[in-house]
Amino acid sequence: MKASSLALVGFGVDGWGRLLLMAAGLTLAAALCSFAIGAMLGTAGAVLKLSSVATLRWIGTFYTTVFRGIPEILVVYLFYFGGSLALTHLMHLAGFPGFFSLPSFVIGVLAIGLVSGAYQTETYRSAYLRLERGQVEAGLACGMGRVVLLWRIIAPQTLRFALPALGNIWQSVLKETALLSIIGLVELLRQSTIAAGATRQPLLFYGTAACVYLVMGQVTGIGIRSVERHLSRYRGR
Amino acid sequence: MDWPFLTRTAGELLCGVPLTLRLAGTALCIGFLLAASIAALAQSRHAPLRWSARIYVGLFQGTPLLVQIFIIYYGFGQVEFLRASILWPFLAQAYWCAILALSLNTSAYGAEIIRGAIAAVPRNEVEAARAMGMSGFLLQRRIIWPQALRHGLANYGNEANLLLKATSLASVITLMDVTGIAYRLVAKTYRSEEIFTIAGMIYLCLAFVIAVCVHMLERYLRPGGRV
Repeated sequence: MKASSLALVGFGVDGWGRLLLMAAGLTLAAALCSFAIGAMLGTAGAVLKLSSVATLRWIGTFYTTVFRGIPEILVVYLFYFGGSLALTHLMHLAGFPGFFSLPSFVIGVLAIGLVSGAYQTETYRSAYLRLERGQVEAGLACGMGRVVLLWRIIAPQTLRFALPALGNIWQSVLKETALLSIIGLVELLRQSTIAAGATRQPLLFYGTAACVYLVMGQVTGIGIRSVERHLSRYRGR
Repeated sequence: MDWPFLTRTAGELLCGVPLTLRLAGTALCIGFLLAASIAALAQSRHAPLRWSARIYVGLFQGTPLLVQIFIIYYGFGQVEFLRASILWPFLAQAYWCAILALSLNTSAYGAEIIRGAIAAVPRNEVEAARAMGMSGFLLQRRIIWPQALRHGLANYGNEANLLLKATSLASVITLMDVTGIAYRLVAKTYRSEEIFTIAGMIYLCLAFVIAVCVHMLERYLRPGGRV
């Protein structure tokens, strides 16, 4: 029993190891893309929320409230069903008949990215607010333009303040990619489900998937913490 | 806008609210009890107990909830002694599997919140109470718990909201909560935008109600704030 279980998740002839590893790679890729989209949306959201125009602030608040308030699975479903319908509609307007659908990777990454962007908005916003005003004024007094000021003073410090919270968001993005299994993307959880169905060993394969998620989270967590230490090396803390 | 369709859909989706709330409420209560015990373990004098609390929290925070649900719902059926035990009538039902997974998951996050809240109680107040001759349970009851409760409440309210959202995953193992009903309706009518938007609005409303309740409780617990 023990040996055969090991062979099943191993890399041998009848082992699922290689497929699971590839699926884990896809999970990691999906998480990275989602996080990157979230970073872009989060930056845009933070700019909106910090804007002096009330309407823009209102849009930013609407974005963060809605996408932090509704379950991720609904967003994924909405993109999955709605995305294909919208694309088909668009293609019909352009004169292409038939049914079109986006790859589930693209849909999933957009959906998770949109949710993660809402959380990242709050992170960037509060990090920016922690920045000392005196430093911005000092930069201006030195004759820095807006771009140089952003690049040399604002961005590095905001990023440093935001990093611990970003680390948490990264962990939750990594876990949320498991939702993409329900829209048919063969990532880690989906591949485990397939293996579990084929071998009738759900406990073994879901357990393996859990371990792989844990390892991915721990390893990336160690990386993020070392970056954090590196960025705060000139500080007393 | 197809108003008759929208109102009919809203009516059908609202039928899922009791199940969603029951899942969230039950998991919140069981999860809180578990969380309090784990937080107590994390403070223990004995290192192995502290480690086990750390491992528990790490395991449940480090893996996706969906994987936890699948392990409990599909995986536990494979274990002979579970099938033979008196727990099986419960574990064979999707509802109790969802409750178990949600409770265990939220307890890991709750334990961290409780630990942080207790750690935030000023040391000198504890020392002052000790100097007055308070010890053990009395110290906990009069000094530590009231302050920890006040400190941790906002975070726990946040966790309650995350738990509410997490209940939507129960729809994956066939439960007909708001998300489950929405999915079935979309499969039937293909009108995904309207249906999922209404479902999302229902979750937003529920989250708003929770936030208001937590806020009111916070005001009630503020020193001298009982009005």
